[in-house]
Amino acid sequence: MSHVPAIGAALDNGKSGEPYWKKVFDGFERSKEWIRKVKPDVILLVYNDHAVAFSLDIIPTFALGCAAEFPVADEGWGPRPVPKVIGHPELAAHIAQSVILDEFDLTVVNKMEVDHGLTVPLSLMYGQPKAWPCPVIPLPVNVVVYPPPTAHRCYQLGRALRKAIRSYDEDLRVVVFGTGGMSHQLQGPRAGFINSKFDRRFLDLMTKDPKALTRITHLELLREAGSEGIELVMWLIMRGALDEKVREVHRFYHVPASNTAVGHLILENLK
Amino acid sequence: MAKANDYDDIPGTTVFDAQRSRQGYHLNMFCMSLMKAENREAFKANERAYLDRWPMTEEQKQAVLDRDWNGMIDRGGNIYYLAKLFFTDQKSFQYVAAIMTGSTQEEYAAMMLKGGRPPEGNRYKKDWKKKRG
Repeated sequence: MSHVPAIGAALDNGKSGEPYWKKVFDGFERSKEWIRKVKPDVILLVYNDHAVAFSLDIIPTFALGCAAEFPVADEGWGPRPVPKVIGHPELAAHIAQSVILDEFDLTVVNKMEVDHGLTVPLSLMYGQPKAWPCPVIPLPVNVVVYPPPTAHRCYQLGRALRKAIRSYDEDLRVVVFGTGGMSHQLQGPRAGFINSKFDRRFLDLMTKDPKALTRITHLELLREAGSEGIELVMWLIMRGALDEKVREVHRFYHVPASNTAVGHLILENLK
Repeated sequence: MAKANDYDDIPGTTVFDAQRSRQGYHLNMFCMSLMKAENREAFKANERAYLDRWPMTEEQKQAVLDRDWNGMIDRGGNIYYLAKLFFTDQKSFQYVAAIMTGSTQEEYAAMMLKGGRPPEGNRYKKDWKKKRG
């Protein structure tokens, strides 16, 4: 699902009922109902930090938020008026240990602020609660400095995460969010680039043939989905964490939210 | 000089790779400092003096003072860092995107409502050369 900052601003400033934004929020009504029923014990939220927690000083390709809580960052407007994010340090530590031994050398982060990349997807799924209904484990992926990890690598990390979550002692219901995208370009004379045909095919393949998406190159993503659309690789982490065969519960696609094509899928394992 | 990259033939696009992140390090870190309210105040009070605290090139500083967004990108700026500067100016991504494409806010917003800039004619630099003949 997408994380456009303007979506957060629309909600925070009471504009979600305006026709322009209503079209976006309406697409998530079904999803809100779904997550109320599913009631996850923990959300593993794959997103990218937008030069907020990480600067050009340290650029981890994959990181895992293992802290007990994550304050909401001031990105230049003041922090979004949303609850702080509560982590799940026990499960996060287990995941870190499991995936590192599985040869995914991610960075363990014990102190981190979270930006719109993480809070906007939560807002889309839960609206404006006083507290987020469950703990969240942030998994930031570098997509700001080229190159991000490959689609294939992301999918494989998803497989390792799945193994990690399944091997945890406690039987928890974990929902994995893959966020970012879809096609968009925020910079230069080609800004405003949108490729709906590419996006729709991407959504089809996410459900039916994710392995085909693991072969997509960065060059194709840059050219066909835009310089910022390359962040779609993060969806493959979520997809890798699921079974090969899944049920598509809900799909929503809409252009535009500000500069971006909004895409959203809910997938469930068959069993 | 670094060798040519396969993504250099995408028109109107600057890929923020390791070379550019090195070139734009101080420019981007200046932008990042604007995440603190007291720094935003200091910058607004005297932009030039604030910029002089950073070992940026004169061209980078001038591009910031002129709010020349494409100029900042050309000099190693990255859009997610530059966002801290235009948020300080109380401007949005869409406001800056319109400027970078040389259109007015209204024209740009209308283009997005019609489905955005299409891939046809916007994939390769040669497409743009043809268009501008």
